[in-house]
Amino acid sequence: MSSDYELSDNEYYDEDDDEMMYEDDDGSASEMDVDFKITPSAKPKSYEIEYESLTQPQVEKLITQDVEDISGIFGVEPDVASLLLRHFNWNKERLIEKYMDNATAVSVAAGLALPEKAEPSSSRSRSTGSSLGLGIRRATRRNTAEQPKSGKTKILERVSPPADDQPFVCPICFDDSQTKTLSLSCEHKFCSECWNTYVTSKIRTEAEHWITCMAEDCKLVATDEFVKSALKDDAKTFARFQELVVRQFVSCNKNLKYCPYPSCTHTVSCPAGASKSALTTIVPIVSCGANASHKFCFGCAIDADHRPVVCGVAKMWLQKCQDDSETANWIKSNTKECSKCQSTIEKNGGCNHMTCKKCKYEFCWVCMGPWTEHGTAWYSCNRYDEKASIDARDAQSRSRASLERYLHYYNRWANHEQSAKLSVELYAKTERKMEEMQITSDMTWIEVQFMKKAMDEVFKCRMTLKWTYAMAYYLAKNNQKELFEDNQRDLERAVEELSELIESSIDPESALALRQKVTDKTVYVQKRNEIMLEDTANGYLEERWNWNIAVDGFDEPAEIAI
Amino acid sequence: MAVSTRRLQKELTEIKTNGTPVGIKLLQADNFESWFLSIEVLGDTLYQGEVFALKFRFDSQYPISAPAVQFVVDDYYKAPVHPHVYSNGHICASILGSEGWSPVLSVISVCITLQSMLAFAKERKRPPDNDGYVIRARAPENPKKTRFVYHDDEV
Ligand SMILES: [Zn+2]
Ligand SMILES: [Zn+2]
Ligand SMILES: [Zn+2]
Ligand SMILES: [Zn+2]
Ligand SMILES: [Zn+2]
Ligand SMILES: [Zn+2]
Repeated sequence: MSSDYELSDNEYYDEDDDEMMYEDDDGSASEMDVDFKITPSAKPKSYEIEYESLTQPQVEKLITQDVEDISGIFGVEPDVASLLLRHFNWNKERLIEKYMDNATAVSVAAGLALPEKAEPSSSRSRSTGSSLGLGIRRATRRNTAEQPKSGKTKILERVSPPADDQPFVCPICFDDSQTKTLSLSCEHKFCSECWNTYVTSKIRTEAEHWITCMAEDCKLVATDEFVKSALKDDAKTFARFQELVVRQFVSCNKNLKYCPYPSCTHTVSCPAGASKSALTTIVPIVSCGANASHKFCFGCAIDADHRPVVCGVAKMWLQKCQDDSETANWIKSNTKECSKCQSTIEKNGGCNHMTCKKCKYEFCWVCMGPWTEHGTAWYSCNRYDEKASIDARDAQSRSRASLERYLHYYNRWANHEQSAKLSVELYAKTERKMEEMQITSDMTWIEVQFMKKAMDEVFKCRMTLKWTYAMAYYLAKNNQKELFEDNQRDLERAVEELSELIESSIDPESALALRQKVTDKTVYVQKRNEIMLEDTANGYLEERWNWNIAVDGFDEPAEIAI
Repeated sequence: MAVSTRRLQKELTEIKTNGTPVGIKLLQADNFESWFLSIEVLGDTLYQGEVFALKFRFDSQYPISAPAVQFVVDDYYKAPVHPHVYSNGHICASILGSEGWSPVLSVISVCITLQSMLAFAKERKRPPDNDGYVIRARAPENPKKTRFVYHDDEV
């Protein structure tokens, strides 16, 4: 939707809007810690953030509050207040200010009222030519409404068939047997069937909560009541419409975020993770109340737990992985690249005179220097030490060294990712093992749960490890990085040992011993993971981490030491 | 009868009885799934003497949803060189997107709009992101699947 005010989509509530905070009845679900001595400590850990989960009705309550406030202040219908708020991206203060200043202008801009006098059509420039004229009118000439009555702000109007002898012909479907028509206060009449299809398609296909009149260039917007009547008995689509309004409300409030998991309708409120500056000191990982596995980051678009690395760095890493995933980049290690345009060149003959297919740059395969400097010494390079050649080779080996460095981290990252993906199979296998154990040894179902608990821990730690490689790639080389990598190594070793134990075969005699071993190892792994996460989190607070690249919100790297 | 069929039948009848505006010709309308029309810009413009073909594709939601419209690019027809037209024939025009489209628009009104888009062009140039869109990003076959960010509102 467009607005006459400079109101960007990203404008949020002011920070002092603390009525957003909501009391929740209970905290997170307690974990099943049957077999372990570790009791979750009460105080939040340094790598955890405070947040609350809200259900859709809870958010709707917040919406109703705002709508009722505005409705009361302006003396308008709640439906109108809702549209005004939506038009202002739920910025109540701004709406009040503008509405008090000029209520008519605001109503027109919001699509609630018609402009006093018709605008000359030439002033409405759209991207595709402004003087359309003729043809458009032609298709609709006979049927579109007469000049709309100005000054009328009635929102919903149901029009019965015209009393005169001319039967109504809907200008969209040209079905003259349609008797029921609907129109907004602009009185652009269309049959109720067309309205139904249109509103349904806007909501279902386009996920649109701002539904304007079907007439060309008519900006009038449909109220909830109109939407409801256009949808007739389609309660499901109307529910979807209400969800879209909730989503808009949530997206306009920086303290709220909608759960990104498919078809989940929960919202998380996390004021502590809402400011950009917070993102340099904490990774705001939250999960919604619908399901503890609905983990996502409040600070960025990553729908997973990316601790311990902060959002800015995590994003950079994912972007790099995406950019470098193209095969061309892998080929690089076996080919040379044109020193002018960096496109990859493969040598396919004996001649050293190379011409880049892409930029036509001519150079020598042996020394990588420009061919023009080879004079008449065709096909026998003696310029290996000339400056231009050295520079070209340096650039090449630098780019290769940096690729190798990247691959070092990437391979380890990808390995943990891969292992985590295989965990579905591993879970199934472990489950079978647990059943077997119940039969062969005397353990009860509850007693064999240690295997599942160990699996869960391995999975969790692999996720941590995965992201530590992204972090290490960007950490500047210093003592702090060494300490980081020590913690990483300890965790990695412990995780691999535990994985091996889980996968080892069990004979009935040693089942009890294995249980003890796995349980001990699980506790140890848990502790290592805790240390990894806690130390990294503390490091952010103490500003211990330096990056080898500029990261949003952090100090510029003093010197690029990789 | 589907609404799209009745509507297109109506548009076809209108074209056959009233004819098409100057510079616009119906090339083919054998069914209610895709139509071809040709357009040329008359008078003193950058595209004088050039004839372009437009392919319209309709789904059952037409005219509630916009038709998929693109310039034909084949051995015979080329896409006009225009800041809003990609070399693969895709058009970046708000009228063809969900926000600019209105169900009261028709095939002919789209043609007229595109005709005037060409008529008002100030330079023969491809969109700045043409290569990125057509080659690197692998444009979808159907232009409706692309979410265009409309270039300036002027041309
Ligand atoms: Zn109709
Ligand atoms: Zn209207
Ligand atoms: Zn959820
Ligand atoms: Zn994040
Ligand atoms: Zn080159
Ligand atoms: Zn050479």
